[in-house]
Amino acid sequence: MPEIRTGEQLASVYEQYKQLLSTRLGTVVDDDTRMILVCGGTGCHASESEMIVENFQALIHKNGLDGKVVCSISGCFGFCEKGPIVKVFPDNVFYVQVKPEDASEIFDQHILNGHKVKRLLYEDPILKEKMETAEDISFYKLQQRIALRNCGLINPEKIEEYIASGGYQSLAKVLTQMTPQQVIAEMIASGLRGRGGAGFSTGRKWEFASKYASEEKFVICNADEGDPGAFMDRSIMEGDSHSVIEGMMIAGYAIGAQQGYVYIRAEYPLAVKRLEIAIQQARANGLLGRDILGTGFNFDIAIRLGAGAFVCGEETALIHSLQGLRGEPATKPPFPAENGLWAKPTIVNNVETLANIPVIFQRGAQWFNSIGTKTSKGTKVFALAGKVNNVGLVEVPMGTTLREIIYDIGGGIKDGAEFKSAQTGGPSGGCIPKQYLDTPIDYESLQSIGSMMGSGGMIIMSEHDCMVNIARFYMEFIVEESCGRCVPCRIGNKRMLEILTGITEGRGTEADLDELRSLSETIIDTSLCGLGQTAPNPVLSTLKYFLDEYEAHVKEKRCPAGVCQKLMHYKILPEKCIGCTSCARGCPVSCISGTVKQVHTIDQSKCIKCGACMTRCKFGAVVRE
Amino acid sequence: MTNTPNHSPCVEQNHPQFKELDQYIEGLQIDPDDPRRKDTLIMTLHRAQEIFGYLPEVVQLHIAKKYSIPHADVSGVISFYNFFTTTPKGKIQVNVCLGTACYVNGANKVLQEFEQVLGIRSGQVTADGKFSIESLRCVGACGLAPVVTINHKVYGKVKPGDVREILEKFFIEEDKDVKEAAHA
Amino acid sequence: MINLTIDGQPVSVPEGTTILDAARKLNLDLPTLCYLNLEKIKYLNKVASCRICVVEVEGRRNLAPSCATPVSEGMKVITNSKRVLASRRKNLELIISNHPFECLVCAKSTDCELQKLVWEFGINTQRYTGERSEHPIDRSSGALKRDPNKCIMCRRCETMCNEVQTVGALTAFGRGFNTVVAPAEMNPIATSACVYCGQCVSVCPTAALTGVGYIKETWEALFNPKKHVVVQVAPAVRVAIGEEFGMEPGLPVTGKLVAGLRRLGFNAVFDTTFGADLTIIEESREIIERIEDGQEDLPILTSCCPGWINFLEHQFPDLKYIASTCKSPQQMTGAVVKTYYAQKMGIDPKDVVVVSVMPCIAKKYEAALPSEETYGIRDVDYVLTTREIAKMLKEGSINLNHIQDEDFDNPLGFSSGAGVIFGGSGGVLEAALRTVYARMTGHELEDVNFTAVRGMAGIREAEVQVGERTVRVAAVSGLGNARKVLEKIQRREERYDVIEIMACPGGCVNGGGQPYAEERDEIIEKRMHGLYQIDRNSRVRKSHQNPAIQALYEEFLGEAGSRKAHEILHVTGLMSAPADCPK
Repeated sequence: MPEIRTGEQLASVYEQYKQLLSTRLGTVVDDDTRMILVCGGTGCHASESEMIVENFQALIHKNGLDGKVVCSISGCFGFCEKGPIVKVFPDNVFYVQVKPEDASEIFDQHILNGHKVKRLLYEDPILKEKMETAEDISFYKLQQRIALRNCGLINPEKIEEYIASGGYQSLAKVLTQMTPQQVIAEMIASGLRGRGGAGFSTGRKWEFASKYASEEKFVICNADEGDPGAFMDRSIMEGDSHSVIEGMMIAGYAIGAQQGYVYIRAEYPLAVKRLEIAIQQARANGLLGRDILGTGFNFDIAIRLGAGAFVCGEETALIHSLQGLRGEPATKPPFPAENGLWAKPTIVNNVETLANIPVIFQRGAQWFNSIGTKTSKGTKVFALAGKVNNVGLVEVPMGTTLREIIYDIGGGIKDGAEFKSAQTGGPSGGCIPKQYLDTPIDYESLQSIGSMMGSGGMIIMSEHDCMVNIARFYMEFIVEESCGRCVPCRIGNKRMLEILTGITEGRGTEADLDELRSLSETIIDTSLCGLGQTAPNPVLSTLKYFLDEYEAHVKEKRCPAGVCQKLMHYKILPEKCIGCTSCARGCPVSCISGTVKQVHTIDQSKCIKCGACMTRCKFGAVVRE
Repeated sequence: MTNTPNHSPCVEQNHPQFKELDQYIEGLQIDPDDPRRKDTLIMTLHRAQEIFGYLPEVVQLHIAKKYSIPHADVSGVISFYNFFTTTPKGKIQVNVCLGTACYVNGANKVLQEFEQVLGIRSGQVTADGKFSIESLRCVGACGLAPVVTINHKVYGKVKPGDVREILEKFFIEEDKDVKEAAHA
Repeated sequence: MINLTIDGQPVSVPEGTTILDAARKLNLDLPTLCYLNLEKIKYLNKVASCRICVVEVEGRRNLAPSCATPVSEGMKVITNSKRVLASRRKNLELIISNHPFECLVCAKSTDCELQKLVWEFGINTQRYTGERSEHPIDRSSGALKRDPNKCIMCRRCETMCNEVQTVGALTAFGRGFNTVVAPAEMNPIATSACVYCGQCVSVCPTAALTGVGYIKETWEALFNPKKHVVVQVAPAVRVAIGEEFGMEPGLPVTGKLVAGLRRLGFNAVFDTTFGADLTIIEESREIIERIEDGQEDLPILTSCCPGWINFLEHQFPDLKYIASTCKSPQQMTGAVVKTYYAQKMGIDPKDVVVVSVMPCIAKKYEAALPSEETYGIRDVDYVLTTREIAKMLKEGSINLNHIQDEDFDNPLGFSSGAGVIFGGSGGVLEAALRTVYARMTGHELEDVNFTAVRGMAGIREAEVQVGERTVRVAAVSGLGNARKVLEKIQRREERYDVIEIMACPGGCVNGGGQPYAEERDEIIEKRMHGLYQIDRNSRVRKSHQNPAIQALYEEFLGEAGSRKAHEILHVTGLMSAPADCPK
């Protein structure tokens, strides 16, 4: 592919390559060509999706079909529960849970003979029917993939495919037809808000940074994605890095920056690799570097790795990490837009936010504005995980309800259990109980019920989850990740964790619940950064909505969900015990007494709750409660 | 002091590992007078840890000198980030993800099983230096919860019952085949 | 000007002023803990980490740290609402929940800023009894003691060490609950880059950083009938020790101190200032020799500050040989006591114990260095800080307020004004010039005041006409300023002939062993003025005119630079600890 030096050249390259996607988009149907896309996201990659690609390519070659049948990897299709996913075009057939050895069956039956492999099609658990195409599958029906538009469509390691899908045309339009002020105005009009969690108006952030005069300014992509259970940004980086690059360049043009950094966590080696490839290709083709598209606009991007610190997702901590320091946050104000990297005006934008930008300029702010709710425009990508049937990546318009996501898209709770709560916003968010299932999701509505949008992690919990333990789990995470700079977070959260641990171990009192509330107030009110300021949220939301569980723990020393080990006791049911002595013999602390053929009893004061007796009893006489 | 003396880098700075590190650092063209020169420090520490396996003081001092910064700066940064270690890890590094999605799907029990089988707790190395266990916070493969990575290879939907089987492959391999086993 | 209200009261301040400073204009002394601003020595610690100074600002969701929040037009600040007081108190309770509860036996009791706040807030319970950090206490250097369990992460020491002193020995180490400020890898301080300047000790609000004490050893020596115990007192001590007894900072209380020391039981009370005069004799000879040898041999750097020499030898090893080979006044005095004095008194030097009272932590380190001995015997045995001797006096029921002046003992008791000004930055240089002038021109100076090299500015430069020669001199205090000057020397950017360098900003009067002071900026200057006052009122103002010094040379040393002088009063090779330990 030649270097692209003008907008016209870009347009002609687009014309040249758009047929690459024609099979996939169904715009050109040629009976002979087939396109096989295999999900190359980390999850499917771990399930050897690369082997699947290799196997297909070997078969294609063996059968002399090179060029007619093409197999390549693609970005995350989102349906991680059912991975590895293979899609065949132009039929748009959707195969799930494909193993490398299945490649030959698909090749023989479907590619060569046109018969779909039924056993690998997705079966709807309720209808008990096989679904052929993605559009038929309930997981996808309510989704609107904008940020994820190219994930699962293009091979992320080929810039031609990105251009073929219209990539870099927004950049060309912005650079050749719009002033920076117009770009900012369009951004504000779109209503796009930061997808990293804070939800600040992206356009306004750009506006602030553009107003500070400085020879040097910076655009930073926050790809740290530290929320455990969140993998939206990872999927975008792995499946469509160019959209992020293009978004950064448009941002750079808007504020007057010439240097961008992608700060990406080291735990994402595949995403780093794909991003490196994308940057190299963009540079080689003249789309990154100096005098881009002949407009005189210079912009380049460097990658910097994180090193395992959740707090570096906070923008000022991230900036310090970029400067080679400990990732400790800074006091705000001043904000990075005024005083950021190397004290220059800097904007820090999330991956998903940036991925939205090219399509906003392509289809217009009005169009973006038409999606979503009054205050929250566009779509949001959620990483749906936990006790839900369809674990995966979903993108829905703002305003979609929790119920729709969990039941219609998510397929309901695993193993037929009862829904208990949805946790959003990671360690900064709250647990949403069943009475709010019909809440339309947007920034404000989630805040009003004690949670927040966060970066998109959504963990579903069932009756088998103990909300006190969940609160403790999040606080444990916070204590590990606290940078240690300020008192309320460094010491306050630790004391909260100690109290929560005590409650889950049967040492809690009612006064402890008041202390949790009191500590939360100070921690929220006086922590230096967002990590500390939001750390008590999981505790406060569970105290609010699941007070009964807390009270059971402190008043009755009982864990209703049956999770907190130290509150469980093992009991021998006299009516079922036949006195075989198997349990007593297996007890590591010899706390079971009883002679042969007599009912045995467990000495609760000595029991260490290891559960060995229950495992050994063949008569169901040992129960745990 | 390490429990695997054959892993500690030679103090002699003609050691090939130092040469490899220096090659990387030279490529960065660090200007000792540039107030921004520390911006590549974390990248260098990643590279150094890849080369040496860990970041002992002698390597820290070497890097400090190359950057013209105090040793305390390098040490303070290393101590802040989870990724960096100043003690050697095992040749086979078992990382159990304890992110929310994995935790809620029983990752704790998987971790406990690894600890039982290998006879060490999370954060420790076996006496022969072969295995180490760590807990991670989110690899981003939540669709495969619970997730375990062993030397960068990702294992999904791991149950406590799978642990022995997974480890068996590594038990029987010779040292030099470790890498192959990991990529099998 | 920005107009705002604080607790309903209007106030106008320039743009950029913090809420804290605006409140101070209204005489509202908001409580602070980690914040510290020492303008005169260009030190500012504004990390906003303790969250004690928080205030409510109308329209702001959370509380604002007043030390780090700039005012804005129309801002409405509340400093004492229930919400504010509850959080301040809670944060204080959290701090002490991870702090040893051993005030009764802590070295900083009554001088501790944390203790003071807890008392002011009326906290009288230990609300949280959870985990406490457990780090080992570090006394490895024999000079500086680190107790990381008392660290409250105020970062003052780190700011001082890295930004003002540019030594770079400290960093926050770890992450989260157990984070403390420590040397690299939490190594013992003796193997770190620390130069023992002690400035971190001066700013530490708790007992996380203190000097290693030698009071016990001193009492033991005093009560040991076999030992002849001699004490020497540094110049900077006499204008500061009064503060420990409620007197005016800077008031010279020399005579009272001497009397008090005598009461404690010292066999002889000598004056380090005598040693300072001695240093001038030896050093001025060295200076003149170097000047006459030519520019390649210049500049010559003073060597009486062990913190500074440590810094030079480890951070600028290529320049280490341009320092004078003279020992410091403390060491010279000790050396003369153990040779000349012991001989005169007919006492075996092994039975002589020299205790020195210093404003400084580094002197403890210096006294223990291998190089600081003469004929195999330590020049100085124990070093006490100004603070320590005040404690000993009080333990001995001595109150400097109610004691009559007495004189130092001879033969090491008489000193000149030139010697006494050693305690302030610029003093060594000035004293040296007074003698160098006389030696080089053969004439005595009429006006001995070189005011150009006095004061608090970090670097003071001057050109002095000495006969036909123009001597370019500089007086530098604070190691950050020393670094600047040394870099200039390395790059041959400027020509200097004689440079005096002191590690502590302002000189020894601001040493790490001086009485703790809140309004330190003004107090340092007052102490300096006290010294110049003593100089003005001295009968003899030039070191070479000190009759006791003249007698010492006649009777014992021969002449300046003699072989004996070199054996006793100079060091060869490096002064500081061996450089094979990682720095």
